[in-house]
Amino acid sequence: MSTSTAPTSDRHAATLTTLSRAFGDGVFSTSRFRDNLRVFVPPSRLLEVLGVLKDTSGFALLSDLGATDYLGYPGRTRARFEVHYVLVNLDTVERLVVKAGVDDPDPTLQTVVHLWPGANWMEREVYDMFGITFTGHPDLRRILMPEEFTAFPLRKDYPLRGRGERHNFPRLSRGES
Amino acid sequence: MAIGSTRETGVPTPAAKPTGSTLTLQPKGTVEVPENTVLTTIDSVVNYCRKYSLWPMPFATACCGIELMAVGASRFDIARFGAEVMRFSPRQCDLMIVAGRVVMKMMPVLQRIWLQMPEPKWCISMGACACSGGVFDTYAVVQGIDRFIPVDAYIPGCPPRPEQILRSVMDLQAKIQRGGSLAGTGLPELLEREKMIAEKRTLPPGFALASERGDEDRFGYRLPGGPGQLGADETK
Repeated sequence: MSTSTAPTSDRHAATLTTLSRAFGDGVFSTSRFRDNLRVFVPPSRLLEVLGVLKDTSGFALLSDLGATDYLGYPGRTRARFEVHYVLVNLDTVERLVVKAGVDDPDPTLQTVVHLWPGANWMEREVYDMFGITFTGHPDLRRILMPEEFTAFPLRKDYPLRGRGERHNFPRLSRGES
Repeated sequence: MAIGSTRETGVPTPAAKPTGSTLTLQPKGTVEVPENTVLTTIDSVVNYCRKYSLWPMPFATACCGIELMAVGASRFDIARFGAEVMRFSPRQCDLMIVAGRVVMKMMPVLQRIWLQMPEPKWCISMGACACSGGVFDTYAVVQGIDRFIPVDAYIPGCPPRPEQILRSVMDLQAKIQRGGSLAGTGLPELLEREKMIAEKRTLPPGFALASERGDEDRFGYRLPGGPGQLGADETK
C-alpha cells in the first residue's frame, strides 16, 4: 500500500475550485486524509457554504450529520464541539466532509433541514446527545433519550454510568403488584 | 388439612350417613383410605395445575429473545413443560420472561406490563443483561431488573442455552409447587426477601440492594495504571 495520501488525480478539484470562486480565501480551510477531503468552515458562513455545495457542486445527499466533543483532547486548540456534514454527490460519487466548530456555552448552529430534509432527525440526535441547538429546526426535541432527561450523555464531561438516572424508578414489590 | 383427617382436640366428627360416597370418616384420628383414593390439599392441587399451565409473556428486547424462540420451537419444545402458550398480551399471561437488556426508557413499560398481568404471576430474568446489566454498564441500561420488579428465577448466560431456559422453567415449577396458596402467591422465600427489601426502604430506590459503583475517573473506567488519558501516546 502506498504511503502517499495524495491521489494522482484530484477528484475534489472541481469542488475546491467552485468553493474558492464563491468564497475566496480565508473563509474555509481544508485538510486531507487518504481520499477524504475535509472543509473547515466558521459557523457563521456554514449555511452559505453548504448551499453552494448543494446547488452548484451537486451534493444532493446529506449522508451523515454528527458531532464530536473534543473536551480534554490533547493538543486541541479549536472549538470544543465539531459538527460534521458528510455530503455525497450522487452523480460523481464524490464525498466531502464539511466541519464546523461550536463552543461552550450555548453551542448553536443553523439548521440545514431546508436544504436536506433528511437532516431533521440527525440534527435532533445531535441535539439529544450533545446539546447543540439548531436554530430554525422545525421540531427540535429529544429523539433517543426520554423527554424528561436533562443531561447530554455523549458530552465528555458526562460520566459513562450517568448520574443515577438509570435507577430513578419506583420499585414494585410482590405485595404491591 | 387433608380431607378425611380429624383434629386431635376437636369433637370427633360424626360419621355421615352414606349418601353415595364410599368415603367414611373415622372418629379417632386414624384414616382408612379406600382404594384408588389420593389424599392431598387443595393448595397443592392448585399449585400442580398452575405449574403445568404457565402462559409466558415474552418480553424479548435483545438476542436472548432469539434463544427464547428456539425454546418455543420443536427442537427444544417448551410445550413439554406446559408453557408453550406464548401470549403477547399481559392480560392473558402469568409468567413474564424478560429476555434482554432493559434501558431506562423501557423500564416504565416493563413495570406497566408487569402490573397488567393478573395474579398469580411469576417472572424469569433471562440472560446476563436482564440479571445484572451485563456488559452494558452505561448511563442508559438498568443494572438488573430485580431492582424494580420481583424476579423468581435468574438465568445466567449471554445468551443462555435453550436447555438453561427449560431448566429454569422446571425450577420455577418446583417453586410454584412448594409455595403459594389459593389465597395468594405467598412463596415463603419471596416473603422473606420482600421483608428484607422493606427494611431497606429508607434508601432511595434502586440503591438499596446493591450500591452503585462509583465513577472512577472522568470516563468511568478503572484502569490498572491509574486514570486513563484520552489520546495518550506511550511511545513518546
